[in-house]
Amino acid sequence: MADTITVNGTAHPVPEDPRVSLLDFLRHHIGLTGTKKGCDHGQCGACTVIVNGIRINSCLTLAAMHDGDSVTTIEGIGTPDDPSALQRAFLEHDGFQCGYCTPGQICSATAMLEELAADWPSDASESLEGRIAISGEEIRERMSGNLCRCGAYANIVAAIEEVAAGGRS
Amino acid sequence: MTVHFKQDEPDNSNRLDRMKQGVLGKPLPRIEGLAKVTGTAPYAAEYPIENCTEGVLVTATITRGEVTSIDHESVLTMPGVIAVVDNEKLCTRAAQGTANEAPMQGPKQVCYWGQPIALVVAETFEQARDAAKHLKVDYREEEGAPIDPGAVEPEEQEDETVHQGDLAHAMADAAHSVDVTYTTRGHASAAMEPHAAIAQWDGDKLTVYAALQMLNYNITELADALDMEEENIRLISRFVGGGFGSKLGISEEVVAAALAAKQIGRPVRVVQSRQQVFQTVMRRSETTQRLRLAADENGKLTGFGHEALVSNLPGEDFAEPVLQSSHFLYDGENRELMLKVARIHRMTAGSVRAPGEAVGMPALEGAMDVLAEKAGLDPVELRLRNIPEKDPEEDLPFSSHKLAECLKQGAEAFGWDKGPRKPRQRREGEWWIGTGMASAARVHNIAEAKARVTLKADGTALVETDMTDIGTGTYTILAQIVGEMLGLDPERVLVELGDTRHPRGPGSGGSWGAASIGSAVYVACKAIREELAAKTGTSEEELELREGEAGTGEALTDLLEGEDLAREGHYEPGDIEDDYTASGFGAFFAEVRVNHYTGETRVDRMLGAFGFGRVLNAKTARSQCIGGITWSIGVALTEALEFDPRDGHLVNCDLAEYHVPVHRDVPDLEVVLVEERDGAASPIQAKGIGELGMCGGAAAIANAIYNACGARIYDYPMTPDRVLEAMPE
Repeated sequence: MADTITVNGTAHPVPEDPRVSLLDFLRHHIGLTGTKKGCDHGQCGACTVIVNGIRINSCLTLAAMHDGDSVTTIEGIGTPDDPSALQRAFLEHDGFQCGYCTPGQICSATAMLEELAADWPSDASESLEGRIAISGEEIRERMSGNLCRCGAYANIVAAIEEVAAGGRS
Repeated sequence: MTVHFKQDEPDNSNRLDRMKQGVLGKPLPRIEGLAKVTGTAPYAAEYPIENCTEGVLVTATITRGEVTSIDHESVLTMPGVIAVVDNEKLCTRAAQGTANEAPMQGPKQVCYWGQPIALVVAETFEQARDAAKHLKVDYREEEGAPIDPGAVEPEEQEDETVHQGDLAHAMADAAHSVDVTYTTRGHASAAMEPHAAIAQWDGDKLTVYAALQMLNYNITELADALDMEEENIRLISRFVGGGFGSKLGISEEVVAAALAAKQIGRPVRVVQSRQQVFQTVMRRSETTQRLRLAADENGKLTGFGHEALVSNLPGEDFAEPVLQSSHFLYDGENRELMLKVARIHRMTAGSVRAPGEAVGMPALEGAMDVLAEKAGLDPVELRLRNIPEKDPEEDLPFSSHKLAECLKQGAEAFGWDKGPRKPRQRREGEWWIGTGMASAARVHNIAEAKARVTLKADGTALVETDMTDIGTGTYTILAQIVGEMLGLDPERVLVELGDTRHPRGPGSGGSWGAASIGSAVYVACKAIREELAAKTGTSEEELELREGEAGTGEALTDLLEGEDLAREGHYEPGDIEDDYTASGFGAFFAEVRVNHYTGETRVDRMLGAFGFGRVLNAKTARSQCIGGITWSIGVALTEALEFDPRDGHLVNCDLAEYHVPVHRDVPDLEVVLVEERDGAASPIQAKGIGELGMCGGAAAIANAIYNACGARIYDYPMTPDRVLEAMPE
């Protein structure tokens, strides 16, 4: 059986050209252009997707390395008819302007909330052990790999805080 | 039917305040927002085009000289490679904003390191990228190209020069004076979406999906570059992933894609790499600025001097307009202003968000803080004492002026301490804590604009214009203007933008989009209202429309009797442009922490109060403001282009080395929208807000650094090394 990558629940054959990044595979090979290319060097986070539950920069990994993996992109997180809680919160808080970094921010935040729930510490955490208290500073630190040049950070953090608070209440 | 309105007089009728729908100004979420948060909004490179090939630009590795040969055979045998394009029509620079003509063409002549010289086209991106790296190019280099702006004799920009009274005398006589020189480094727009284009020919008809801000100008630029008629070109930019000046004019990839698609007879997509975008599009010039301020014993300015040196390539008209707001912001009858440009062989200098004020205001507002200290005045009070009654140079009235209100409301909301200010009054552990403030100013721009509004027989409305929404909120505010004027829920208004088949607007740039195209939509709606008023036997002035019904009780759908009602609004600014000095104003307040040992600065809180005329959408307007404030943080602390002193190439040409603010650099930001109606700015009484938020904000941070730790710094950005050097023992 051919090597496959499962994206949002659908299996696709791994591309033949070993140079194809996971990002270009998503955008060029299977037409999922919701994942954005901002720098192609892992510097901006616009291409963030979730692979086997972990957020990664899809430009920094080759499609050929993901045989058997399960990838979730922005298209798998929610749709215009059925947006996720984070997508709705971004809309309400105006957590974007041009919208180009937005899928990456939302994918990143989706996985980041799981990391918080699992009490993974960060540079902003008081301690490496125990429960992590959700705070604006924790969110800012954990989201700092996702650049937004329009400067919507304050609104993005407000959107994430709202969803994070809902999740823990 | 087109309705033309040329505005010669201010419109202070407040018509929009008397409409009945009550949606204008409301903080509605963006109408295109769901498409953006679900990844379904298509940006330039994302249109599925059958049989599309991939092009990758090749750039020069010399500073100045000639391309003597390009060895096509060196790559044509590589897998998938289709063609090498090195046509004489290839553009080697991006067009300046509103250039309306082709940028520099002719890839054989090299004027800066990194200049595009060819395009390699292949079946796949990976193949094209590989081949572009292997393309063999020979050059004849012309040694000794000047790249240091301080080492050449600069040209004076004479239209900027002001000699008024005797500044030297005023300085000598002043009770308090300041004579300081600031420097700022170059900046990059760094819009998140790299420059991209897909070109497709159908006979002699060309369609280009592109990442552009100003289609009305861009179509002329492209037609000129390709020697074509505009009628044969269609540009589409429905979603643009940020612009900030970098997409004002057409860039190299647009022309390259069009030429390549013609040459190979297939569609071609060209996406610039992040490094290429940094190196081939536009930089904001570095600046050196001398500020001279003379004041009497009450802190009233008697003299004002601002002289600046900027740079650009030979042959470029653009010179960073550093003095733009200095001409009118403060009093001072004795004035000396001068702008000079050094011709050097670094990449093209052009518009980056708020050209001029973005760097001029941080220098001026830093100098004002020095003056406030010398005069023993609260810096807010110093500014309040120097707001001019009329334009101090042009003898013109201000269209409307909210600087005083912004200063007062901003100080109040921030909790500004008016007490005596001395540095180093508060320390927590390693951190010095202090506050600073600055004024904001950004000239108001407005332009001719056309838009078609159709009130459909079914009671919905359609807006069509080539205007772009680059994150600015255009889609939403146009729906709100139509909703307000025609009595419709904005959800019933469809807005189609970014297509040159529609009536032409001015595009997005210089913060002029909302006021210009909003006015064209307003003019069209007014004409539709006149028709509806006639049908109901009332006047347009008295016609009340709300929720799809006229005040007299008839439903719009009944009044329309099955017919669509369409009007094209054509707005043109007339004498209002010449009769007034118009500007947005504001005030910034910041609190920072500075680390005593590392020199690191953190912004703990920041507030901006802004007056920019009518607020069209309180949510998107606030977002524009916080975006500007975020850029202010970058200007103050981290952003600096670094050029190799040997060959002038941009060294930090990516997002790891050019430091834009990230999440953790930006605290929660507070914005005060100061109520204003500016009837001389536009018929909708609005001014621009896309840039005001970064026009002076860096100085509030710089002044807070001084207040916190005593380090008075005259060079932006205020990186830890500079803070440590200036930090008192």
